Amino acid sequence: MTADQFLTNVVFFLLAAVALVGAIFAVTLKNLVRSALGLILSFMAVAGIYFVLEAEFIAIVQVLIYVGAISILILFAIMLTRALMSGAESSNNSQWIGAAAIAALLFGALGAIVLGTNWHAAQNALKGDLIVKLGTELVTTYVLPFEAVSLLLLAALIGAFVIARE
Amino acid sequence: MDIFNNLFPGLYDWINALLHDWFKGAMPADVESVLVSAIMALIVAISAILFMVLMVLIMIWLERKNAARIQDRVGPNRVGPYGLLQPIADTIKMLIKEDIVPTNADKLVHLLAPLVAMAPAVLALAVVPFGKGMTPVDLNIGLLFMIAVGSIGVVGIFMAGYGSNNKYSLLGGMRGVAQVVSYEVPQVLTVVTVILLSGSMSLVKIVDAQGGWFGLQWNILALPVGLIAFVIFYICALAEVNRSPFDLIEGESEIVAGFFTEYSGMKWGLFYLAEYFNFFIVCMFGATLFLGGWQGPILPGWLWLIIKTYALVWLGMWIRMTLPRFRVDQLMKFAWKVLVPVALANLLLTSILIGVYNGIGF
Repeated sequence: MTADQFLTNVVFFLLAAVALVGAIFAVTLKNLVRSALGLILSFMAVAGIYFVLEAEFIAIVQVLIYVGAISILILFAIMLTRALMSGAESSNNSQWIGAAAIAALLFGALGAIVLGTNWHAAQNALKGDLIVKLGTELVTTYVLPFEAVSLLLLAALIGAFVIARE
Repeated sequence: MDIFNNLFPGLYDWINALLHDWFKGAMPADVESVLVSAIMALIVAISAILFMVLMVLIMIWLERKNAARIQDRVGPNRVGPYGLLQPIADTIKMLIKEDIVPTNADKLVHLLAPLVAMAPAVLALAVVPFGKGMTPVDLNIGLLFMIAVGSIGVVGIFMAGYGSNNKYSLLGGMRGVAQVVSYEVPQVLTVVTVILLSGSMSLVKIVDAQGGWFGLQWNILALPVGLIAFVIFYICALAEVNRSPFDLIEGESEIVAGFFTEYSGMKWGLFYLAEYFNFFIVCMFGATLFLGGWQGPILPGWLWLIIKTYALVWLGMWIRMTLPRFRVDQLMKFAWKVLVPVALANLLLTSILIGVYNGIGF
């Protein structure tokens, strides 16, 4: 192992540890706001892992979408619906057995898929500006799914407005 | 002028060569190259942060002097010539103040909030093209990086508002989140206009694209779309960093001091520092995206960037001293009913104009 790879491994394991700790906080803490903050920590660490893997675009989109949008949305929802400083709430309710079973099933299925798939890694490094390629593909080859997604988002937007007006 | 233009890249190369000389032979070649590049990255990061701290000290002095002049006062004039050492005296005062934490606060969140508020400005420094060959990290999507890290800062504001366990803090935090989320939309739309004009998301390439006409072919001069985009970007920038007239999250006449009501001592100082850090960074991005970055005639590039940034900073201070604060409902209406439609129309106009120009073969 060269020094370069060694450093990459060290950084990777550090980030992975942070991501796991954040995830554990997110599920085990009794305080909802703290759980959400733990989730943000986890998301940031995952973004860091993407940077280590030289997938800058994915990393930045991870920060933009998961930290900048989804986490803020979660915080906003907690802020508007709960008595914030009421402190600890039980994170379990009567459905926990079913939920645990489904979560375990999903984990098993995902694990089986991940381990069983023959991942096609590109043999040669891709050349050129990857972002340009990604953009071009999105609006040429994959223009139909792309437009369908935009339409779906627009419908969600209008739906939100309609609900908010009532 | 080449000497000044290449001053910092030259310095970088010199230190780099020096380190390589030192470590050569003491360890295997691959360890040596990793070690040297790690040390160099550390040096770049530390010098960028020190540069920012220096700029912030100057900004605080400038803000106080400016405010004084506009209000027909003299301003700080006791500590050092023209009161220039006043920010240093302020810093010492803040450091020796007592740090008070409310009994019922969420102590960990209360402690971490100022640090999280600082994070975006420090992270954003990584992609700023300070001058020719002076970009710490040349990401090909630097612009997206800048937008992404900009959205982290609001988490710090929310944490402060929640962690203090104080209703005014919480109100300030909620206002902050709502405001930043709303003003991000038109800001990103104007940034897309810049991407269209420059044809790239790399900040380095955006600056390079503005290098024509002896370094004066700035995006703001791509009339009319550049100017409209710049005005919207600047308004959103002020809102994004919570500067007056958008300082509702700390509106002292309504909610005491907003999200940092319960902060004292150096934690409060960190929020203060973060505010100026963010303001300087956002002005720097304004200068980079619309005012040609480090491009300019005669003077060295990095000096141009500083001059342009300070011009925007000064404009912000002028606005702060001149305009009263928005009301909450006005704030949201302004973002969603004025800025977003204008920014969208501007984006459409830009696309059409670029299509027409390309069509007639410019």
